[in-house]
Amino acid sequence: MTTIAFPTLISRPTSYTGLWSWIGTVDHKRIGTLYGVTAFLYFLIGGIEALVIRGQLSTAENDMVSPEIFNQLFTMHGTTMVFMVVMPMSAAFFNWMVPLMIGARDVAFPRLNAFSYWAFLFGTIFLNMSFFLGGAPNAGWFGYANLTGNTYSPGDGVTFWALGLTILGVASLAASFNFIVTILNMRAPGMSLMKMPVFVWMALVTNVLLALAMPVIAVALIQLGLDRVLGTNFFNPLAGGDPVLWQHLFWLFGHPEVYILILPAMGIVSETLPVFSKKPLFGYPAIVLAGAVIGFMGWFVWSHHMFTVGLGPAANSAFTISTMLIAVPTGVKIFNWMGTVWGGKLHLNTSMMFSLGFIAMFVIGGLSGVTHASPPTDAQQQDTYYIVAHFHYVLFGGSILGLFAGGYYWWPKMTGKRLGESFGKWHFWTMLIGFNLTFGPMHWLGLNGMPRRISTYAEGMGWETSNAIATAGAMLIAVSVLIFIINVIRTISSKQEAEDDPWDGRTLEWSIPSPPPAYNFARIPQVKSLDDYWYTKHPELLHDERGEQTESPAPVEEDSHGGGSIHLPSMSYYPFVVAIGMSIGIIGFMEIRVDIPSTDLQLPWLSVVGIVVGMWGLLGWIFEPVTAEGGH
Amino acid sequence: MAQAATVQEQHGHIADTNTGISNRKLLMWVFLASDCLFFGSFIATYLVYRNESLAGPYPNEVLDIPITSVSTFVLLMSSLAMVLALHYAQKDQLGLTRFWILAVAVLGAIFLGFQVFEFTTFVNEGLTIRSNLFGTTFFILTGFHGLHVLMGVLWLLGMAFAHFKGALTSRSVEDLEMAGLYWHFVDIVWIIIFTVIYLIGFSDGEGIETIEHAASIIGG
Repeated sequence: MTTIAFPTLISRPTSYTGLWSWIGTVDHKRIGTLYGVTAFLYFLIGGIEALVIRGQLSTAENDMVSPEIFNQLFTMHGTTMVFMVVMPMSAAFFNWMVPLMIGARDVAFPRLNAFSYWAFLFGTIFLNMSFFLGGAPNAGWFGYANLTGNTYSPGDGVTFWALGLTILGVASLAASFNFIVTILNMRAPGMSLMKMPVFVWMALVTNVLLALAMPVIAVALIQLGLDRVLGTNFFNPLAGGDPVLWQHLFWLFGHPEVYILILPAMGIVSETLPVFSKKPLFGYPAIVLAGAVIGFMGWFVWSHHMFTVGLGPAANSAFTISTMLIAVPTGVKIFNWMGTVWGGKLHLNTSMMFSLGFIAMFVIGGLSGVTHASPPTDAQQQDTYYIVAHFHYVLFGGSILGLFAGGYYWWPKMTGKRLGESFGKWHFWTMLIGFNLTFGPMHWLGLNGMPRRISTYAEGMGWETSNAIATAGAMLIAVSVLIFIINVIRTISSKQEAEDDPWDGRTLEWSIPSPPPAYNFARIPQVKSLDDYWYTKHPELLHDERGEQTESPAPVEEDSHGGGSIHLPSMSYYPFVVAIGMSIGIIGFMEIRVDIPSTDLQLPWLSVVGIVVGMWGLLGWIFEPVTAEGGH
Repeated sequence: MAQAATVQEQHGHIADTNTGISNRKLLMWVFLASDCLFFGSFIATYLVYRNESLAGPYPNEVLDIPITSVSTFVLLMSSLAMVLALHYAQKDQLGLTRFWILAVAVLGAIFLGFQVFEFTTFVNEGLTIRSNLFGTTFFILTGFHGLHVLMGVLWLLGMAFAHFKGALTSRSVEDLEMAGLYWHFVDIVWIIIFTVIYLIGFSDGEGIETIEHAASIIGG
């Protein structure tokens, strides 16, 4: 039984500690930690980029950085915050919490999960290496053609961007397939779809959006990459190519992407608000339906990013209507959260404060968003700081505050220690005030005519004061992040131990030890109702709150996977190998030069090496049994 | 190898899931849904740029419908062979299963051969990915489809020689079912591509609107 015909050049990792155990890990909790730590490091990098941008704009006619560096900074700030911070931070919570909340022992495909993380990591490292290899991408985070063509973007920056994001796209696709299958297939017995926690629902909608939206951007990036390295004509106006095609493809991905960024945070506060209000979530079916409707309607609004392109009154009207309509399900959610908090016994800890801050800031961002649903007003706001204000209120005030709420909420479950509350409150208030100081004045600046993406502005435009306030606010945000880091260090070095269920939680992850054992659940739970764990603890409330018959809780049933010992997938290096191979395979295309006539094109040897390594890893992966002999 | 596969089988309980569909098969369905958007975007690009090339060779100068009809027929027959392979797999007839899996792979390889022939002919006639919009969109769209066929052929060959030895198991039958889903999908995509490029596009040639379009973009 021990023979494996495929030559095992690398043996399976066996130790559960040390560097190699992290490289070989397939445990969803460890992969979640890797995602979280990486995303936080990129949050710092993206934040430093933002601070330099704000430093440059703090006074008129400043020359702290050159316009060229400024272009690289705002391009990489946007790309970093979207693809390397909010998305992977959401993925960190999906990884950690989805299996725990649905009562599963791991995701459906643990090795594919590891592959997703490593591909993500290599893609981000590659993209950021551009800073040291001839200049980072500088054409903006939505990389409009034909500014991204070789004519207007000579050098390798945009090629780094196109190829790096392609790698990240593969990583996201693999992760989304994994989570869709996990959520649809691996719920604990009795947990029907409408008994899933809202966070899991939002994870499902987000991952469906990812699975369908990432291919569209992948195609656009492949077309751009081919234009740049092989000299194809997709976005080349001299050959009849249409730059507006890029905009359609980008925003057909880009608008669902907006919901990919916000739905996880919406799921998080839908968990924290009921727990800290000591009430069931108000209108669970409505909030689930609203999330699903947002996921569906998100596909029919993309051209509101293109109102000033000149698509004509018919298209603009249609997209105005759909854009205004999508505010309805979002509003439904806001009212549901308010209904949840209303009359509750509020427990105002840091996580709850971030959750409430999320609602308030997201409402402001949502309202300014409705104003540019109308093409005439949008024509005034397009490309001004008003737009910058809007999307930071939904992405920072929304996603980032929501993710911090989740961080404080789940920290005890993930690490077995609670983050400090007094530092947490300092963190919250400095961040909230700093955030509003930074982005509040941008509404004024934008309506006053200050364009985005300019590296400096003339004196006497009336923009100096607001810009100075915004820069001060950005520094306050930096202070708040420092407070958070100190809080984390203090917490890690403290000796305290959190309870298994410190918040009197409602969902299954609180029913197991903190931090959870490798196998999560010693026995797979049996689910009878929504918030099953809560009613297991408080059976007397079942009748009052849900109008259901009180049943004596019978949480345990013999493990359906049979026979005492729990089989967990064993560690494997192959996902790491395949991710390296695939990344090198894609990166190798940089070798091809467009200025060489197509008849003389040389083989991109680096790509060949990458493909060989990837195929070897893939074969190893296929022929390696999921569970090693005698492993557990 | 075969032994390693057997070890897995004993652990792999089929369809012990909420949906009743095994994780692997559901993964294939989700992947295909995602792939629809991938091909959809390339096909949409092709349609947007139909008749927009500013220079030749134009589609009606190079496309050879009779030859591609033959290769399309070959690809469609490979789907029939796939149905037969699965049919015999479910009837537990290993020999016939292997025969028809190999038939699918061979027919797929013949299709790829036609594609290589077509690509070389076009390049000899002066159509490359750099020539014009038709060249760019044609080669990249059909190229990515050909890449999908190639992956399918490699998968099926691997299956026929490594997997379908000894005895059929429920797991290997499910593997074949997944390969079948993939193969039929790639076939359906080809039917759309054949319609869009060859049948609709055959009359495409130089048109006055392309020059107007170019003028409007360049701003002249």
